[in-house]
Amino acid sequence: MLKRLNDPQLGREMIRKVRERAARLTERLGRAVTLMEVCGTHTMAVSGTGLRGLLSGLVELRSGPGCPVCVTPARDIEQIIAFARLSGVTVATFGDMVRVPGAQSSLERERAGGARVQIVYSPADALQLARDNPRWEVIFIGVGFETTAPLAAVSIKQAAELGLTNFSIYSVHKLVPPVMGALLGAGDLKVDGFILPGHVCAVTGSRAFAFIGEEYGIPAVVAGFTPVDILDALYVLLDLIQAGDHRVVNGYRWVVRDDGNLKAQRAITDCFYTGDAAWRGFGVVEGSGLFIRDQYAQYDATQKFAGAGPASVAGPGLATERVGKSTTTGGFGTGDFLEPRGCRCGELLRGLITPPDCALFGGKCTPASPAGPCMVSSEGACAAYYRYVTNQPRLPGVVNANSGAAGSGAGCRKVEL
Amino acid sequence: MAVVLLAHGDGGLLTRELVEGVFLKYFNNPQLRQLSDSAVLSLPGGRLAMTTDAFVVEPIFFPGGDIGKLAVCGTVNDLAVSGALPLYMTASFTIEEGFRLADLERVVASMAAACTEAGVEVVAGDTKVVPRGHVDKLFITTAGVGLVPEKVDWGYHRPVPGDAVLVNGSLGNHGLTVLAARENLGLDGALASDCAPLNNIIKLLQKHCPGIKMMRDLTRGGLATAAKEIAEACGLDICLQEEALPLDPVVRGAADILGLDPLYLANEGKFLAIIDPAQAAKAVDILSQNSYGRNARVIGEVCAGSGNVYLQTPLGGTRLLSLQAGQPLPRIC
Repeated sequence: MLKRLNDPQLGREMIRKVRERAARLTERLGRAVTLMEVCGTHTMAVSGTGLRGLLSGLVELRSGPGCPVCVTPARDIEQIIAFARLSGVTVATFGDMVRVPGAQSSLERERAGGARVQIVYSPADALQLARDNPRWEVIFIGVGFETTAPLAAVSIKQAAELGLTNFSIYSVHKLVPPVMGALLGAGDLKVDGFILPGHVCAVTGSRAFAFIGEEYGIPAVVAGFTPVDILDALYVLLDLIQAGDHRVVNGYRWVVRDDGNLKAQRAITDCFYTGDAAWRGFGVVEGSGLFIRDQYAQYDATQKFAGAGPASVAGPGLATERVGKSTTTGGFGTGDFLEPRGCRCGELLRGLITPPDCALFGGKCTPASPAGPCMVSSEGACAAYYRYVTNQPRLPGVVNANSGAAGSGAGCRKVEL
Repeated sequence: MAVVLLAHGDGGLLTRELVEGVFLKYFNNPQLRQLSDSAVLSLPGGRLAMTTDAFVVEPIFFPGGDIGKLAVCGTVNDLAVSGALPLYMTASFTIEEGFRLADLERVVASMAAACTEAGVEVVAGDTKVVPRGHVDKLFITTAGVGLVPEKVDWGYHRPVPGDAVLVNGSLGNHGLTVLAARENLGLDGALASDCAPLNNIIKLLQKHCPGIKMMRDLTRGGLATAAKEIAEACGLDICLQEEALPLDPVVRGAADILGLDPLYLANEGKFLAIIDPAQAAKAVDILSQNSYGRNARVIGEVCAGSGNVYLQTPLGGTRLLSLQAGQPLPRIC
């Protein structure tokens, strides 16, 4: 089946069908169909496969709040940096977080200044780091959605079973359905349909997103991540839009069940409770954060290192602090979240703009020198655009042996191999 | 305060900024400004190619090689892809206090074996031992010299639109192998580095395919970064076909799971060659008969343009390849 899901011939045939269907719909609407891909992995896939260009003029794909690094607000980044500055602490983190800029620093810069920052591939790796180095205080940065939270929960339970005293988690885990509710509740998003995150739905179940169709009248399809998966989801979604059908369809049935993965859900609820959490670009979203239960308080970095916040943030409860406007009042504010000046990551995450709409994009904000997280994360929309879609500025200095003799930029033509 | 970051050493965009902003600012000469794998110097008796490199891999022993083999292959390949016949090299060892003597001997024996295969000799060396913690186990710095045959004229000035672009085999094996070994990703036995001295196979190619225009070693930054550097330096575009790229299924699958792009992963036994299209098939045929070129492929062509690298995807779309920006980092979910 995997071979079929990556079959280019099938993919090309499906593109033809998707384009046909989109053309009909575009003609009816008098504009391109606008869809939001909620998940960062989808964002990278549609850019990396060239799908964005292939559907240009027919389907406009907007990125949503589905990159866990991108939605981590600046104040949480500041808190993480504050942890890294503590003597004797090793911050264990997924690689993407290392380069996300705070107000004046990043984990990468702290590491260059002597902080101990260790890249890990899972919470289990962070736990092992703590077991192997009993004299270190290991703080795992718990960034992620429903997909990574169960693994963090398991590591907390294991730490408790082992009686580890040098391991804790800074939980900034977030839940996708509540932020989708907030996104739609704000009323300023104009999309015709959603491509829903297959990995998240594998845990939550597709039913967790049924409200999108029922309450907001917008169809959605749960999608996998191969080109054929995504094209199939697009095809179904365009069909739903054409028919005025507002259902949420599970297009990833071999992985996603209606009720999701009950075991993973249980792991989450065993270790975490839900509370209000701050999202970059959204402010506080009610019931969207996962926080460590009191039963496991000794593994909660916010409690264990309660005095270690940045100057403007005192003690625990940082991630639940209500700043800016609540989603229940409509609209979003950034409050004192200290976004980088000119950075429009927040609007991007709310689907209001595309990366080139930001004045910093490609100039003051590049992968080498990012202003905001969407340019850093391997799932970030700006990184995807910059890497796959746009022309990058030329760097001076390299000898150009053919200068003056270059062609007219004919671009790529089919090469017979 | 600007400081040197790990990402300044990844061979991509930040490395370029460091080279431009610091080294070229003071070491300003036409040879260095070419930023080639070796400098080819015209001397009264002929043309000499010269290169230097430092090796700091972690772990120092990995499937398919070790830091010693890497040091010899890296130096030899830098010379060979510049059209030179490697002759001599030097090696400087910076050793951490407490490093096991048996491991040092294992590394040096591995270097000697690679030298024998490549037909080069280590003719001078240096040893420094530093206090524990001042280096990570063992660093090796090498220099290499070779002679460029009279008829060889390779370089950024040679490619023209229509030239074929080929590689001598599967991409990304070394980068993923070292990453898997370092991070204990559980891919033991499924992956090995492609670390190999390529001078003999390149010499064979030189003999039978005089239409070679230039070559590049596909080390840090992988195929994508090397192609982008070539395109920029030539002022031409390079158009690659994703379906033609040789990738081991394990590399493809593991990179996909980790969220890494194999086109940016390092290789230590791979080169990219730009060649007269009339000789491309012959070159692939010659390479395919050698163990270091078994999966050789034509992967695209040089196009008129202005320094971009385009990758045509299997779906028929196009995406741009750029210089690597920061270390390849695994994604979260």
